[in-house]
Amino acid sequence: MTYHIGIDVGSTTLKTVVLDNTGRIIEKSYQRHFSKVREMTLEHLRNLSPVLQGHPLKVTITGSAGLGISKENGIDFVQEVFATAGVVRKTIPQTDVVIELGGEDAKIIFLGNVLEDRMNGSCAGGTGAFIDQMATLLGVTINELDELSGAAEKIYPIASRCGVFAKSDIQPLLNQGARKEDIAASIFQAVVDQTVAGLAQGRKIEGNVLFLGGPLSFLKGLQRQFKRTLGLDESSAIFPELAPYFVALGAAYCAQDSAALDYNQLIERLARAPGGVSDLQSGPALFENEDDLAQFQTRHAKMTVAEKDIAGYSGKAYLGIDAGSTTTKLVLLARDGAILHKHYISNAGNPLPVVRDQLKTIYALCGERIQIAAGAVTGYGEELMRAAFGVDFGLVETVAHFTAARHFDPQVDFIIDIGGQDIKCFNIKDGAVDDVILNEACSSGCGSFIETFAKSMGYTIAEFSKLATESRRPVDLGTRCTVFMNSSVKQAQKDGCAVEDISAGLAISVIKNALYKVIRVRSADELGSHIVVQGGTFLNDAVLRSFEQELGRDVVRLSISELMGAYGAALHAMENADGISGLITPAALEAFAHSSVLAVCKKCTNKCALTVNTFADGRKFISGNKCEMGAGASTASTLPNLMAYKYERLLAAIPNRPGEKRPRVGLPLTLNFYDNLPYWAAFFDMLGCEVVLSGQSSRELYMRGQQTIPSDTVCYPAKLVHGHIEALADQRVDLIFYPCMSYNFDEGMSDNCFNCPVVAYYPEAISANMASVQTLKFLYPHLSLNDERYFVKRIFPVLSGVLPGVTKGALIKAARAGLSAYQAHRRNIFAAGQKALDLAERENKRIVVVAGRPYHIDPEINHGIDKLLGSLGFVVLTDDCIPPQGKKQPRNVLNQWTYHARMYNAAQFVAAHPKAEMVQLVSFGCGLDAVTTDEVRDILRRGGKLYTQLKIDEINNLGAVKIRLRSLVAAMDERDAKQESVKEVAGIAR
Amino acid sequence: MRDKNGLIVKPVFTEEMKRDYTILIPDMLTFHFDLIVGVMKQHGYKMEVLKTNHKGIAEEGLRNVHNDTCYPALLVIGQLIDALKSGKYDLDKTALLMSQTGGGCRASNYISLLRKALEQNGFGHVPVLSLNFSGLEKEHSLPLGTKMVVKLVYAIMYADFIMGIVNQCIPYEVNKGQSLALVETWNRRLLDQMSGPGFVRLDRNYKAILADFSKIPLEKTEKVKVGIVGEIYLKYAPLGNNNLEAYLVFEGAEVVNSGLMDFLMYCVYNVINDKKLYGVGGVRYYVFKLALWYFTGRQRGMIKAIKKHGVFTPPADFASVIDMAKGYLDHGVKMGEGWLLTAEMLELIHAGVNNIVSAQPFGCLPNHIVAKGMIRKIKDNFPAANIVAVDYDPGASRINQENRIKLMLANAKQAAMSG
Repeated sequence: MTYHIGIDVGSTTLKTVVLDNTGRIIEKSYQRHFSKVREMTLEHLRNLSPVLQGHPLKVTITGSAGLGISKENGIDFVQEVFATAGVVRKTIPQTDVVIELGGEDAKIIFLGNVLEDRMNGSCAGGTGAFIDQMATLLGVTINELDELSGAAEKIYPIASRCGVFAKSDIQPLLNQGARKEDIAASIFQAVVDQTVAGLAQGRKIEGNVLFLGGPLSFLKGLQRQFKRTLGLDESSAIFPELAPYFVALGAAYCAQDSAALDYNQLIERLARAPGGVSDLQSGPALFENEDDLAQFQTRHAKMTVAEKDIAGYSGKAYLGIDAGSTTTKLVLLARDGAILHKHYISNAGNPLPVVRDQLKTIYALCGERIQIAAGAVTGYGEELMRAAFGVDFGLVETVAHFTAARHFDPQVDFIIDIGGQDIKCFNIKDGAVDDVILNEACSSGCGSFIETFAKSMGYTIAEFSKLATESRRPVDLGTRCTVFMNSSVKQAQKDGCAVEDISAGLAISVIKNALYKVIRVRSADELGSHIVVQGGTFLNDAVLRSFEQELGRDVVRLSISELMGAYGAALHAMENADGISGLITPAALEAFAHSSVLAVCKKCTNKCALTVNTFADGRKFISGNKCEMGAGASTASTLPNLMAYKYERLLAAIPNRPGEKRPRVGLPLTLNFYDNLPYWAAFFDMLGCEVVLSGQSSRELYMRGQQTIPSDTVCYPAKLVHGHIEALADQRVDLIFYPCMSYNFDEGMSDNCFNCPVVAYYPEAISANMASVQTLKFLYPHLSLNDERYFVKRIFPVLSGVLPGVTKGALIKAARAGLSAYQAHRRNIFAAGQKALDLAERENKRIVVVAGRPYHIDPEINHGIDKLLGSLGFVVLTDDCIPPQGKKQPRNVLNQWTYHARMYNAAQFVAAHPKAEMVQLVSFGCGLDAVTTDEVRDILRRGGKLYTQLKIDEINNLGAVKIRLRSLVAAMDERDAKQESVKEVAGIAR
Repeated sequence: MRDKNGLIVKPVFTEEMKRDYTILIPDMLTFHFDLIVGVMKQHGYKMEVLKTNHKGIAEEGLRNVHNDTCYPALLVIGQLIDALKSGKYDLDKTALLMSQTGGGCRASNYISLLRKALEQNGFGHVPVLSLNFSGLEKEHSLPLGTKMVVKLVYAIMYADFIMGIVNQCIPYEVNKGQSLALVETWNRRLLDQMSGPGFVRLDRNYKAILADFSKIPLEKTEKVKVGIVGEIYLKYAPLGNNNLEAYLVFEGAEVVNSGLMDFLMYCVYNVINDKKLYGVGGVRYYVFKLALWYFTGRQRGMIKAIKKHGVFTPPADFASVIDMAKGYLDHGVKMGEGWLLTAEMLELIHAGVNNIVSAQPFGCLPNHIVAKGMIRKIKDNFPAANIVAVDYDPGASRINQENRIKLMLANAKQAAMSG
């Protein structure tokens, strides 16, 4: 009897199905292939020899990693979505939509009359591998994660765009002590959101939905979130028993058309050696030979730190804690800087018990002989640790690392730290941190990434990095984010690359990512001559070697590379100790207990998710807040905050005329309306309309529109538009007005006055993708406000017949009213900016000018960065409240966008102002800012200013932002202190 | 070098330099650029199209431009810097050429990014020329005489014409490589003619070219037709789209690709439309109106010639392409490929080519609207449309792209069988 075999080689698993010619399943299997794609396939078929021998075999391969095997061996291949659609139609014909999640792929197939299918784009990870990573992060198995999710009480918003983003949302939740049950369910919800937002692309998921793939068949929690979100019941959500094998089954059905082989032929074909080396394998080996490796290891082995036996020591000691995102590090130093005790542990998402246990151990070791004179803590968990254990000092990570590096190499001029989640780099100039570079949320391809990868391939991190040192031909995996590397690894696997070459390739990728993506270095000289590398990731010899290779010079790695933050904190404690430490006493430590509850701060529109930690002695510590109000204060910073002010003014631009019955015109509070709203509000008011605003942005508002977003890589501000339109549709307006504007106001500061393509044309995308505007009057004419005559000419046919009594004369009057309202608004903003500057001058406050786009004042877009700046003691200004600095300035870039010209202008102002700094907000996915960021940096540098860029997206946690801003403050402090001392020296000399 | 205001000093390409400088241009469209370089040579410019294609180019790009810059900029600048570093060129006798559309997209800034990259690599003395029709970079624009412009237009028309025909030959060739060899022959012949007054013999040449290509023995098997639309560089440049055309042919498809003239006419149309919408543009309006009239006329001549000959399928008339966008988006959408991209997808579908690859740089701003943003509506109206949007960037892996294209092809082949 002829057998049909379907082989599905996915990114992480191998599935096979054998059918007899009646379509009965004879055999099926599901196993992880640990990247040994070819070997595992062959082995499995060999095991099946008793079943298959003697039967004619028709074989078809499918799956993302199956393409290579099929190509080289002359076995038929079928694209996996295609295979799936075929089998579903045959076996479960009532299906309307198929959702399939695999290891790294996510797919939606809309059946019905015409097949429509989607696969996740190259930037979308929320799949099986993502869940794996998240489980690792929580320190649980996949099954435990699933069980945990069952007891969830609350769902946190977790960015669903990709694994990297989600991680940076989850980490702080863990560090703040949120319940794992809730986080587990939130992770599943993130996958659901990712699927819906990323793949539905404007088409509603409804009817009978069939769920396929490993994760969806094994994880009850994921099934639950899908059903809930899509509003499905038991009959419309189909979870077939065969879910994990469905694609293989589809391939087996397709095998009907293949030529029959006998068993030996099949084995022989599959066993054929891979066809040469992959075209990905390009780089030179990390180590030429054993000697090379030995030399390298000897050189670095010299950089050890003195250690003292704690049992033989007595006197004062200093404690340093680095409460990092995934790991907690502690050191105890003797007076001379020698290490008495050190500890490095993965905190499994819950750092408090880890530190408590360590403190107990340390107290036991110290006995009566050693007194802890001071302690300092750095890292994500800094505030929590200080509150919980009474640690004396807290310092920002950058300063901690610098303190440690300087201790070993006083001439250090560049430090790079690659940790589990962050890359931190800083230049040192004149003994102070000069420039801080942190990785953006999108390029966190750091240490934990290699670790997760090692695990997924069945190795420990130590084994995995050792393998890399043996690699002859490292694989080139690209330099983008984790998700991209994943698919490059997939390709390498497909091409039959060895694990050691992949491991070496990953190490090289991490380095190239850091050098070219994060630091954007051009030559080694730019970095410096005394480079100190730190962080756990550099303990991986392959990573260290590729860093040296890439730079072409030797660097310093200390044996305590992963402890440098803690070491620096301990040194800081030593320098600042003043007698008695406030550290928790051994007795209190015994009684230490901690509980946390979650709450939402309702004091402003940011609605921060708070974690209220309560300790055994009744003390409370609140985290998650962006300003003092969350921690209980009645008001936030009283310093001027132009971002908040502008937002208030905008909302106030809507005329309130109670009692009158007027046509209702809806305006969405999005993109360019953050600048032009006063114009349109006055314009329509003058035309006798009631102006209805969509309302304020929020996460919920975003979720309402997310099914209709056609492109998942567009910026968050644009994605929010969909929610605002839904909100207007709810308000029963007579029409929605949302003009397309290629050109903005010409403010005389630039060569042209374009809007960016997204701001200019997003109404077109709304019109083509949102069902709710089809039943409404949605007006989106192409207009420019620069020429009154043409404006009226263009808008007349749009509004006449729609609004009663619209004449050209009325439109001219309305346009003039609009313009004067807009100009008044701008004047008001300039005046408010000047007032803020005066106050800063008078009270000697620091000023920060936030550069960005008008819509960055939306609290849902900036996530409260303005409040954070206020709490750090800054007077907050915006780029558009700085009046033009002289005539049109020439620039090194083509200055053709109105909003960008404002940024350059403001940068010019900051560069010349002694008390001002600039922070540039960049929305993730903003292509134009790739041009502006370099130019703004350039302008600031020429004025001797630091450049701080903050990338923002839907992620709602400000962890990385905080580090950056505190580093900025620390650098300003040092700079000011230096100026003071220069002044003093000058004074003495006089 | 920078002046006291921190501005990069831009070396000017002087008339004398024309004599012994080599002007390097990044590759995009092989047929077109070969002819263009030939024409430029006749006008005294020594030009060279960079045909390099290796991994180091993207890496050079990553090193030298902001990594969030779109992929075409990264490649184009990477290719130029890579060439300057190769040691193949005398850096005191080399200049670079970059095009600028002057639209509201990032592309107009490539030239600034290139200059920054040059400065950072110590190549600040290498002059950069801009090729644009928007009045940008006045001192640094390639001087374009009327005669030269006309010749360049002819070169583009010929190349468009040949490209359209060759695409219909290559997949079916009995003797592989025959069509490309014939292109070489014709390029030489056309350049020869253009050095004299002969370049105006469009119709006669069309006829001769058609006759020559129709003599190539073809095996007319049934193949699915796949249209390529997208960001202009990625649509054409093999360096950018991982040899997309070759891949599609290898997978058993016939490629349908619109000509460069369409993009030029789109740019011209936008200037005219800007006047209508906003009253901007001044006298340029009349010049551009005349140009559009001229170009569409020439294109019609080409279509007529192909129709008359009767063997090959002609491209769509630009006037009908303009109409295609109606009901989808306004012609005011003019940044990047703007309304043209949507219109081209529709034009393909109307011509019976339902299978389309939309090639775009990862995170391309206009594409959010004109490509990904319009696919939903197109599918609603034409359920048989089989469109795949493929993102290109330095980190995107080939297998990811190929897998998506394979899915499109599988659907295409099934549709071909059942329909």
